[in-house]
Amino acid sequence: MSDRKTLQVQRISGHPGPVPGEGTQRQEKLCKLIDTTTCIGCKACEVACVEWNDMPFQPTMFDNTYQTMPDTSWNYWNLIKFNEVSSDDGSFQWLMRKHQCMHCADPGCLAACPADGAIVQYSNGIVDFEEASCIGCQFCVSGCPFNVPKFNPSTKKVYKCTLCSDRVGQGLEPACIKSCPTGCLHFGTKDDMLQLANKRVVQLQQHAGLKDAGVYDPQTIGGTSVVYILHDATNPEKYGGLPKNPRIPLSFTLWKSWFKPIGLIASMMAFAGVILHYVTEGPRRVQPQPPVREIDGGEARKEN
Amino acid sequence: MDLSRRSFLKTGVAGAVGLSALGFDLQPLQAQSSSLKISRTSQTRSTCPYCSVSCGIIIHTIGDGAKNVTPQVVHVEGDPDHPINRGTLCPKGASLLQDIVNDRRLLKPQVRRPGSDHWEDIPWDQAIDEIATRTKALRDADFIEQDKNGKTVNRWESMAFAGGCTDTNEFNYLVVKSMRSMGVTCLENQARV
Amino acid sequence: MTNGWVDIKNTDMMLIMGGNPAENHPCGFKWVVEAKRNRNAKIIVVDPRFTRTATQADQFLQIRAGSDIAFLGGMINFAIQNKRYNEEYLVNYTNAAFVVKDGFKLPEDGLYSGFDTNAKTYDKSTWNYEEVGGPAAKPAAGSPPPPPALPPNVAYDLSLQNPRCVFQLLKQQYSRYTPEMVERITGIPKDQALKAWDTFTSIRQNGNMKKAGTIIYAVGWTQHSSGTQTIRTAAMIQLLLGNVGRAGGGVNALRGHSNIQGATDIAGVFDILPGYLKMPTPADTDLKAYLTRTTPKASKPKEWDSFNYWSNTPAFTVSFLKALYGDAATKENDFAFNWLPKIDRKYSWAEIWDDMYNGKIKGMMAFGMNGVMIGPNGKKNIEALKKADFLVVCEIYPDETSEFWRAPGTTPDEMKKIQTTVYRLPGAGFAEKDGTFVNSARWLQWKWAAVPPPGDCRLDQEILARIFLKVREKYQKEGGKLADPILKLSWNYTNPYNPSLAEIAKELNGKALADVTDQKTNTTIKADQQLPGFAFLRDDGSTMSGNWLYCGSWTEAGALTQRRDPADPSGLGIHANWAWSWPMNRRVMYNRASCDLNGKPWDPDRKQVWWSEAKQKWAGNDVPDFKADSDPKTHMGPFIMNPEGVGRLFVPIGAVADGPFPEHYEPTESPIANPLHPGQSNNPIAKRFKSDMDKYGTVEQGFNIICTTYRLTEHYHYWTKNNPMNVQLVPEPFVEIPAELADQMGLRGGEKVKVTSARAEYIAKAMVTKRIKGMMIDGKKTYQIGIPIHWGFRGIAEDEGKTAKTPVNYLSPAVIDPNAYTPEFKGFLVKLERA
Repeated sequence: MSDRKTLQVQRISGHPGPVPGEGTQRQEKLCKLIDTTTCIGCKACEVACVEWNDMPFQPTMFDNTYQTMPDTSWNYWNLIKFNEVSSDDGSFQWLMRKHQCMHCADPGCLAACPADGAIVQYSNGIVDFEEASCIGCQFCVSGCPFNVPKFNPSTKKVYKCTLCSDRVGQGLEPACIKSCPTGCLHFGTKDDMLQLANKRVVQLQQHAGLKDAGVYDPQTIGGTSVVYILHDATNPEKYGGLPKNPRIPLSFTLWKSWFKPIGLIASMMAFAGVILHYVTEGPRRVQPQPPVREIDGGEARKEN
Repeated sequence: MDLSRRSFLKTGVAGAVGLSALGFDLQPLQAQSSSLKISRTSQTRSTCPYCSVSCGIIIHTIGDGAKNVTPQVVHVEGDPDHPINRGTLCPKGASLLQDIVNDRRLLKPQVRRPGSDHWEDIPWDQAIDEIATRTKALRDADFIEQDKNGKTVNRWESMAFAGGCTDTNEFNYLVVKSMRSMGVTCLENQARV
Repeated sequence: MTNGWVDIKNTDMMLIMGGNPAENHPCGFKWVVEAKRNRNAKIIVVDPRFTRTATQADQFLQIRAGSDIAFLGGMINFAIQNKRYNEEYLVNYTNAAFVVKDGFKLPEDGLYSGFDTNAKTYDKSTWNYEEVGGPAAKPAAGSPPPPPALPPNVAYDLSLQNPRCVFQLLKQQYSRYTPEMVERITGIPKDQALKAWDTFTSIRQNGNMKKAGTIIYAVGWTQHSSGTQTIRTAAMIQLLLGNVGRAGGGVNALRGHSNIQGATDIAGVFDILPGYLKMPTPADTDLKAYLTRTTPKASKPKEWDSFNYWSNTPAFTVSFLKALYGDAATKENDFAFNWLPKIDRKYSWAEIWDDMYNGKIKGMMAFGMNGVMIGPNGKKNIEALKKADFLVVCEIYPDETSEFWRAPGTTPDEMKKIQTTVYRLPGAGFAEKDGTFVNSARWLQWKWAAVPPPGDCRLDQEILARIFLKVREKYQKEGGKLADPILKLSWNYTNPYNPSLAEIAKELNGKALADVTDQKTNTTIKADQQLPGFAFLRDDGSTMSGNWLYCGSWTEAGALTQRRDPADPSGLGIHANWAWSWPMNRRVMYNRASCDLNGKPWDPDRKQVWWSEAKQKWAGNDVPDFKADSDPKTHMGPFIMNPEGVGRLFVPIGAVADGPFPEHYEPTESPIANPLHPGQSNNPIAKRFKSDMDKYGTVEQGFNIICTTYRLTEHYHYWTKNNPMNVQLVPEPFVEIPAELADQMGLRGGEKVKVTSARAEYIAKAMVTKRIKGMMIDGKKTYQIGIPIHWGFRGIAEDEGKTAKTPVNYLSPAVIDPNAYTPEFKGFLVKLERA
């Protein structure tokens, strides 16, 4: 086959017809695992991201928190969200969650994007923005259930985490993964990461007294290439607004159906893809016992 | 953002996507991922200068060591071989590039004269000579050979040396040699505080 | 650290207290997380604030800053009451069975026996072991009593029943530290304290030695007026529980900087010479007197053996003098011993600034040390510098110390009056220099230079060498006071004006000056060859070594500090061929104690060293920290650096100045009188300063809030304020304030507050947080606040006018611990107001 140091494109935004040559090369699905229970909020991942991508610095303001800034920005793709949470029983938690692009299996940004080739999804699961084709319409911003893509008014383009596609394409782990001091970040195939995650969840339930610990891999968007372990998977919102049931806004597919028939085809195909995913692959792989709470996954199955 | 670099990195992808956007290109669509910014750099193994964990780091400099190149540090990453940090870094270690290449660095010797409100440049040789002159004069004025009980003490109490936390062992040993031989008693270091 | 960073992965139980490693040592903290992830190890975190480290804790306890000894003393009490110790370890590896002299008194009233109220010093003669049969000979009437010395033949009671044995005294001392008393002092509710003590000591349930627990601390313990004693209390817990010497155990000082361990080893501090040799005093009239005073003699039960490694002090000392003075150091001139300065008072950090303030110090060289920022009582340091003749600063960024003369608030008129000449020399950054750093695990690691220094910067060693050689040249030409030590100092570097650090590293290791033979192994090291280890050092001038502890680091085999083999066949995280650790590449100190009396590992799953009956030698995955051929039958103690051979639960004859056992004393500025003994609230011998700028606050004066200072993971001391990335992460200073207190003040996060101590004011924005709670201290509602230390008056944010330009250490008091002379940066009193 071809040079191994390539990334094969699987999906293209705003593109008429099938993706040329799709499926001509095998590629494992990759995944970033974030174990929030071992995150110490040190921000090494934030710095590694800024440094690797040579992003310019920007002024920040004190905001009564350890969090660097309120949200990610066009030149700050990776942000730890800090939340002080007091429970009714008097217990206290200081929750830290690394927030960045989730690299959804069904990317809302890609579905929403009308510009041919501005957003691509590689077969390994990475969703990447191609600035050269970006028309700056910002539909991707609204299409994202996680509020990730950010617009740069001076270049009139939208930016977000690439999962270090340049590093991954050359066989290296993403910069954030490498830097993480506690190993709260882990990188590998999605199968391996889910296995690790489920094992860890069992440990948390049995040894750390976290009976609600679970994996966050929301099936409402087909799962993600960024998977979380949460102390309390019943309430992801308390980790700085992680949506329990992330969805691609329906309006996007509707909008596109009015103004861009080709887009409609694309989004229908995307929708078909979602259906096909469940038809062909079925519900999520059965996890090792004892059963682990998977938020959203169960609900998604019911809905489908 | 360094747009030129990113654009360059993504040219391969964009080109491929652009072609296919016309709808006529049936070549398998593959993104040639960009070459790494560190793929041809020179690598130097070092130790992070901040805390005492001693993370191994790799300093990437442009050029292959050829005579006509002034090496410039372009990236710093953790050393995956190091048994303690295993490639990881904290937010300070991960930003070491900004410490090495920093426009706030002091670049020339300066002196602030008595009563002055500003720095003046001073040539190295003159600075060294003035410091040595003052050092000797102070020592000759205050050196104590015997204490009030007539015991030999050979000490000099009016001069202090304060050593920093990132001074190497070898430098510190030169400090001990030079200061103790002059009789300095006020020898302290960040290690105290 | 007695152990090491990677070794933490071997632990079953962690007490993290007086340190915040997730914040300050994130990459080392990974091994804490690994122990949790792979062994289900438990973590107890005790801190004045709910920290980043606390997020990983199984139990978090909020403690009042400066009350650590009370909590730890309570743990000793709990462990003894509940028999959470192993008798074999306790009796044979500690001095629990040693009998203490009659006349020694515990500090029920806050004072040990021998206190002189006027001089505020202790006569330590009763702080000693009982000698079998009593003292050999009484001094003749009229002659001055000899200085107290350890008896060679110590009385002991293996049953631990003698009421004057160390164990019984220990039990009695900490019986006063009841859960109720601990709650009054620390503010930790007693049920929480009991739970934590139970959890930590559970590893020694029924005396079972299988498990190991570690104690991890940093300057949260050191920076108090009883700092050394706090750390001793931890060491005592670890000895009591049998955790010292063991994989996953130990007493682990995190240390805060890349090479302060090395700076201590090399003795960049006033009170020691390289390798922890003692500084000479005026009473050391010659080398023999010095060596007699500083070389300990074994002190032990008659039937036991003690290696007493410091008995080699003469070999270490003479080798050091030979390194200093080369051929000028001869047997005839006492190896130039008299050229060394002799001291009989303290010249520690805070004392230097006091001396300068009082006009006694006229010159200062600061190489990478920002004294104005570091404090304590930083304004006094600025005033002190104004009185100096000259200051030489070698730095890589503009710092507060070199610009003290234009500190905020200095008027043009005042500036004109400041007569200090300041030289600011641009040094080299870490990436521009090679050489070794020593990490907290005692590893010496060589680093390589990546780039040359920019602009007209010079390597630090070149700057220092040029200054010294210029001074020497002037003495050569002009003569002057005692010129010989300067003229004859050994400086044989290929380029004397810019010495190669590799050449210096070889000098630190040392070499043979004549052929040296080790009789036991019949090995000869030829003259001029690098020595393979400190066993070859001699006291006759036939060897030289700049620091005996580093002997073995650069041998004929090359620089062991440059080794890069990450292999770890035992899986214990030893990594024996990665770099080199002192002493002699031992990775866990006192590892003989990882075995029982017969030399078998306590835990067969974590085999560090063991006695090989077949080879009649100690063998191991680690290098045995012991006499290699000492058969367990000889009962040689594992703590070979103590003359007793055993670990010290009781520290005799004033090796620790403020008492043989630690006692809780209130911080110098405290909201309460000491509940244990209100009449003696503070450490009776902690030093306060008396200048007009040294003021100490009280609750009565309105200073009713406890303030502590610390670092953030995003910043490094006063350095990264020059780094745009780190400034972006945390752009400006803040004061962490309990939400409950903020509510009472009607204060919201982001509003400015003024913090006032008896010494200065500090203004910054409030960070209102639930991570600090109000506490009940001896029945009084008490609040603590915290301030990170990273901002001053030169930095990116400072230069842009985004901060108040006030160093936090303007606030902190100059009070120093009587053993380590570290100032009390943590736990002082302030007022808090809206700004």
